[in-house]
Amino acid sequence: MFEYLCFSAATMLLVTLGGILVSLLIGGWPAFAKFGFSFFVTSTWDPVQDIYGLSALIVDTVVVAMLALLLAVPVAFGVAFFLVELCPSFLRRPIGTAVELLAGIPSIVYGMWGLFVFGPIFAHTVEMPLMNAAASSPGSLLDQLTQGVPNGTGILAASIIVAIMVLPFIAATMRELLLTVPAQVRESAYGLGATTGEVVMKVTLPYVRRGVIGAVMLGLGRALGETMAVTFIIGNSHNFPKGLFDAGATIASTIANEFAEADPGMHTAALLASGLVLFVITFIVLAMARMMLGRQGNA
Amino acid sequence: MAISTARIAGRRIANGAFIAFCYFVTAIALFFLAAILWTLAQKGLAGISVQTFTMDTPAAGSPGGLRNAIAGSIIMCLLGMAIALAIGILAGTWLAEYSRDGRYGSAVRFINDILLSAPSILVGLFIWYLLVKPLHHFSALAGSVALALVAVPVIARTTEDVLRLQPTSLRESGVALGTPFWTVIRTILWRSAGSGILTGVLLAFARVSGETAPLLFTALNNQFFTWNVSKEMASLPAVMFNDALSAYDDLQRLAWAAALIVSVSVLGVTIIARLLSREQKST
Repeated sequence: MFEYLCFSAATMLLVTLGGILVSLLIGGWPAFAKFGFSFFVTSTWDPVQDIYGLSALIVDTVVVAMLALLLAVPVAFGVAFFLVELCPSFLRRPIGTAVELLAGIPSIVYGMWGLFVFGPIFAHTVEMPLMNAAASSPGSLLDQLTQGVPNGTGILAASIIVAIMVLPFIAATMRELLLTVPAQVRESAYGLGATTGEVVMKVTLPYVRRGVIGAVMLGLGRALGETMAVTFIIGNSHNFPKGLFDAGATIASTIANEFAEADPGMHTAALLASGLVLFVITFIVLAMARMMLGRQGNA
Repeated sequence: MAISTARIAGRRIANGAFIAFCYFVTAIALFFLAAILWTLAQKGLAGISVQTFTMDTPAAGSPGGLRNAIAGSIIMCLLGMAIALAIGILAGTWLAEYSRDGRYGSAVRFINDILLSAPSILVGLFIWYLLVKPLHHFSALAGSVALALVAVPVIARTTEDVLRLQPTSLRESGVALGTPFWTVIRTILWRSAGSGILTGVLLAFARVSGETAPLLFTALNNQFFTWNVSKEMASLPAVMFNDALSAYDDLQRLAWAAALIVSVSVLGVTIIARLLSREQKST
């Protein structure tokens, strides 16, 4: 009887995942049926005329997540190595806890901080100078990348905030992985005269390579689905962004912004369908992460 | 054979650069934490007064507080946690004690790990489809269920991990006394794993109390104080979302006050959970 109860509770987990999938599929079906393949390759998002296309949203979602990882991964590696190899032991716990607290701050607080504090500083110290520099060479790569309005919101600003948010998750998983490396392996490398940097780059890191890829994928899964922080700072424009400073919108931010007020017809269906697309993308990424990580990684 | 001093110097410099990099990025991470906490303290404290706790959320321009949102957050979090507690602990127990390495168990474990990091806004959509759309109105109950679904994977995962750490001899000695296995689980295993499970519950609580996305279209928001869980209900995150983006200074101040209250409670609970798990490791 008790076993049966426990079994049902465990099955609830499967039901939840299945329920998410089925409800998004049924709810989003009208959009898939009406727009067909063009739903994925066009970028018009027009609730007034009831025409919806996802391509700009998908591109923004992927670009923001990738840029965020590009920024967060080296930092997370550095933090994890610092905590495992370099940190004096009396500081290890406080700094470890501090990095974990970074993960505890609610997503929406990052959004407010990003919009009101980080954004203005970012606009003045990074966006403006870069755009001025680019102005002297129209058509160059820098010029193309810096298209947009330098107001501290947009693709790049959102990526930076998401990077800060996924950083602690990747760092914590990395740290866990590094601690699984047997002491003998590291010590024998030191015994051969390797420097700390060499031990980390040539011995420790290759030893946990598979797990590291998993940790990064886990971070990617988080970054793809990040909602509230992105909603605040990406600028919410459904056009294809012209550059990194331009406003955009991710799938999650669009749902957060529009769903509560969407009219019950095609708009709702299109949002549910975009939710399904997000679900499929994150599911694939997270499933790959789990296969690489095994049981490591609590994030 | 002479040792090339240039090569040694090169390695030393590379090593120095590596170490400097590690120090530098850790400093950056800590700097961001400090900057965010500083902003919260500065802007949040400026918005908090007695009124914050005694008055309901205002329309722009009139005085008000966060009473309904604080109550709403507490009600929905507690209700959600009550649901999640039962399901999460039972599911974790099944994974650790009954399924062990069975095929179905591995599948459930895999799914649970995915749910752990799945975007919470999708949970919101699911619950909207399940509880809001058929009933034609938003409700605090739907919000609580959405929060519960966010918390369940965290609790299930920690429960399983902690139960697996309990020595087999503990189970055997219980069973050897003729105790039914389910009584062994309840009276011996759960008890000895208690503080570990509590850590998981607290971490889940911390996560849930800052969640915004699943509430946006389940519980929505409410200008007024209510106990009625079948109606829309305000919550601190929802108030933050609405007020921070408004054009009015006083509403923005309120949003920062809400942000401070939420963050302090979340970080407080996280720290308590950490202390608990440390105690458990040292014994």
